[in-house]
Amino acid sequence: MVRTIWGSTVGKKTVMAVSGLIMLLYLVVHMLGNLKIFFGAGEFNHYAHWLRTIGEPFMHYEWTLWLVRVVLVLAVVAHAVSAYQLSRRDIKARPQKYVHSKPRASYATRTMRWGGVILGLFILWHLLDLTTGTVHTDFQPGRPYQNVVATFSTWYGNVIYIVAMLALGLHIRHGLWSAAQTLGVGSRARDRALKAAANVLALLLTAGFIAVPVGVMTGVVS
Amino acid sequence: MKLTLRVWRQKNADAEGAMATYEVDGISPDMSFLEMLDVLNEQLILSGEDPVAFDHDCREGICGACSLVINGEAHGPERTTTCQLHMRSFKDGDTIDIEPWRAAAFPVVKDLVVDRSAFDRIIQAGGYITAPTGSAPEAHATPVPKADADYAFEHAECIGCGACVAACPNGAAMLFTSAKINHLNVLPQGAPERETRVLNMVAQMDEEGFGGCTLTGECATACPKGIPLTSITNMNKEWLRATRKAAKR
Repeated sequence: MVRTIWGSTVGKKTVMAVSGLIMLLYLVVHMLGNLKIFFGAGEFNHYAHWLRTIGEPFMHYEWTLWLVRVVLVLAVVAHAVSAYQLSRRDIKARPQKYVHSKPRASYATRTMRWGGVILGLFILWHLLDLTTGTVHTDFQPGRPYQNVVATFSTWYGNVIYIVAMLALGLHIRHGLWSAAQTLGVGSRARDRALKAAANVLALLLTAGFIAVPVGVMTGVVS
Repeated sequence: MKLTLRVWRQKNADAEGAMATYEVDGISPDMSFLEMLDVLNEQLILSGEDPVAFDHDCREGICGACSLVINGEAHGPERTTTCQLHMRSFKDGDTIDIEPWRAAAFPVVKDLVVDRSAFDRIIQAGGYITAPTGSAPEAHATPVPKADADYAFEHAECIGCGACVAACPNGAAMLFTSAKINHLNVLPQGAPERETRVLNMVAQMDEEGFGGCTLTGECATACPKGIPLTSITNMNKEWLRATRKAAKR
């Protein structure tokens, strides 16, 4: 069964859809958690610490967190590898371009590949900035509130973050609806509802994430 | 009408092709696009040149032989086949670009003619029902609900022209394959081979070197028979169902 799925274009798209949905579910939780920053340093830092103690005493300190991380890494890798292999195949299947070309697909559809690459690079920067602190100028372990404020006090921190979140919105806009088609849950009757759901979720996630740097820039969070 | 045509000319499968420019005059807006090409070819033959090769057969919009990407759109600006496209869709003095279907699985044979036998091999992989032949069975022997009959017919309308592949940025044959699968899979006659049909036809489609689906919807927009994009959704559903069932055995 695994070979049938991985060896087929339809099956590999299923892998993309499922891994995409896992990441999307994580993003919803992540965005909601981020909004705690508007309730002050104490509550935000306490929430961040709680993430490490979820499931105690059954789970050891940070075990749940690491479990989530492993699932996410697997999802990202599965998503990226399938996307790469399918894209290679797609480009090979259409070796010659039309002299008279007419792009008609929506912007979100046409930017899936490069948007995905941008998001991959962003995740790398985001982890080095706020998880490990490697590229952070003033990283304080265990004090995420202060770290977030410091990042969004730099112009490049804001630019990278906001551009990536706009790319995320576009990616989800086409991706969520596509996942529904790939998994066979779309239909003519449901199409409008699915498109609306994808647009609304994309908009909410983008707005929710961008609220944090905007909060820091406007001084609401400091 | 006086028109400037830029046509893809390619001597044979191995030759390098290029766009060639021709002028045609005296075109009536009531001519079909293919009749306009006939005028061009008469002109070329009289001047001792090689006429432009293009596929055509019934010229009634039902056989699926004609093709052509006209101004970047499969079958041109109207949602119909090239043979049913009329010159009234263009203006006097227009420049029209005419290219063959472009896909790795559809190699150019000559000029605007491409080899679409990959579609035949997809059909051979499962686009049929295994039934004893002979005299036609009594029509009411196998009841088919009206909704299923309508659904099957909607997909049976596919004429296999390949516009979906030509329009798809990935050169994918998903819409063609899904139309053929859905047409038979919804009917009781197609039920015994429901799983093997979708698995084998999708495998053959991949084997032929067609691309995958990225849900751009270009195929359904280009389809002269209006096969909906949800046809692909349903094929995915059938494929996942068949894969699950095969794993249980």
